[in-house]
Amino acid sequence: MPENNSALHLVLTGDPALFAIVRLSLIVSLSATLIAALIGVPLGALIALTRFRGREPVIVMLNALMGLPPVVAGLSVYLMLSRSGPLGSWGLLFTPPAMVIAQTVLVTPIIAALARQTIEDLWVEYREELAAMGVGPFRRVRTLIWDARFSLLTALLAGFGRAAAEVGAIIIVGGNILGFTRTMTTTIALETSKGNLPLAIGLGIVLMLIVILISALAWGARRASERFSG
Amino acid sequence: MSTPARASDLPIRLSDVEILAGGVTILDGISITFSAGAPTILIGPNGSGKTTLLRAAMGLIRPARGRITWDGCEVSPPTRRAIMFQRPVMLRRSAAANIGYALAAAGAPRAERPKRVAELLSLVGLDAYAGRPARQLSGGEQQRLSLARALARDPAVLFLDEPTASLDPAATKTIEDIVRAISARGIKVVMATHDLGEAKRLAGEIVLLHRGRVIESGPAPGFFAAPATGEAKKFIAGELLV
Repeated sequence: MPENNSALHLVLTGDPALFAIVRLSLIVSLSATLIAALIGVPLGALIALTRFRGREPVIVMLNALMGLPPVVAGLSVYLMLSRSGPLGSWGLLFTPPAMVIAQTVLVTPIIAALARQTIEDLWVEYREELAAMGVGPFRRVRTLIWDARFSLLTALLAGFGRAAAEVGAIIIVGGNILGFTRTMTTTIALETSKGNLPLAIGLGIVLMLIVILISALAWGARRASERFSG
Repeated sequence: MSTPARASDLPIRLSDVEILAGGVTILDGISITFSAGAPTILIGPNGSGKTTLLRAAMGLIRPARGRITWDGCEVSPPTRRAIMFQRPVMLRRSAAANIGYALAAAGAPRAERPKRVAELLSLVGLDAYAGRPARQLSGGEQQRLSLARALARDPAVLFLDEPTASLDPAATKTIEDIVRAISARGIKVVMATHDLGEAKRLAGEIVLLHRGRVIESGPAPGFFAAPATGEAKKFIAGELLV
């Protein structure tokens, strides 16, 4: 098919327009994943290691939010950032930071829920030994996060995969503005509807390569875990 | 927490201790004292309360009734006592790092740790496995590493919960030799076993538990030569205590 050849040509020749879109997509999704990790891992650890009234409903909600539809996340952030919304004065709607916020909302529950499960499982295993060694709360949290680091890395990669592949949230809050908020997924949606298949297919190839790379990194983390930690 | 380290946690005194789990009485009116000296071996069938007694004496479980004191104090952080569980859990790091972790948790100065790690690995015969992930060691090796990790706390008293329960004779002998060496260093060993032969080989004192109560206790030679109770006679004769 001529579209496929043109698409490959765009990828292999490093088409500037295509790679500007890839670059913005990676910046947005990596930033969102980083912020979500900074919120999600401590939040997961806190829920895993503390007992409080209403803990179980919180866990159920957190697990449910892993399946939060991207359009709902996008709509929520849109309502917050729109001119009449509580954060409208920030002027962030239809900018890359708005897209980062929307993806952070989407990814944080995934990382927090997986971190909670990972850390809680390890805590059940370690609890008595750490108590017998007289390990205090601060060192306990540090130990659990460090010893669960490869599983937590897999959680981060799962979060990044979700962010990189979603289209619903960022198209609502980003607006899909050419050269400003247009990412791989929003471009594919738009260009396909316009019939400009080479660019859509080229971006599809890059997106698939990124997804495969994430899977390889997750696998590598698992292998490293077995090799270095047993 | 900045509680000053105590010279010793001994003697450990349990007075009329009752421990419940899920409404079931596990230990019932236990009064016993662990003092410095030869190993004390807790014997009795499964479910007799040996593990619970060790955990209570370690300070990991609070009694529902009665008192436990360490060198006269009712509240005592486990600075001078250590426990090796029946199924020890290895931290997800190397054998050497497992010991290093215990040393750090016990407050050993960073500069001293490598030397202490090497000494302890040597004591339990694991010098060659220093860099190996602890979870990849065999069952017997993990038991020895767990012993070294417990000793990293420089304990005055060491609780061992069936340390040879699932080991072959060679691995059992290695552990028993280490236990003798530890005891010879002046560390009080309190060990649970249901292996009568092991109890005879290691015990200075014997405590026979059955259904959460102390049936008989005293110096090992007297216990084995002239048991005073019917339960002790049956247990020594190899009959089933149910």
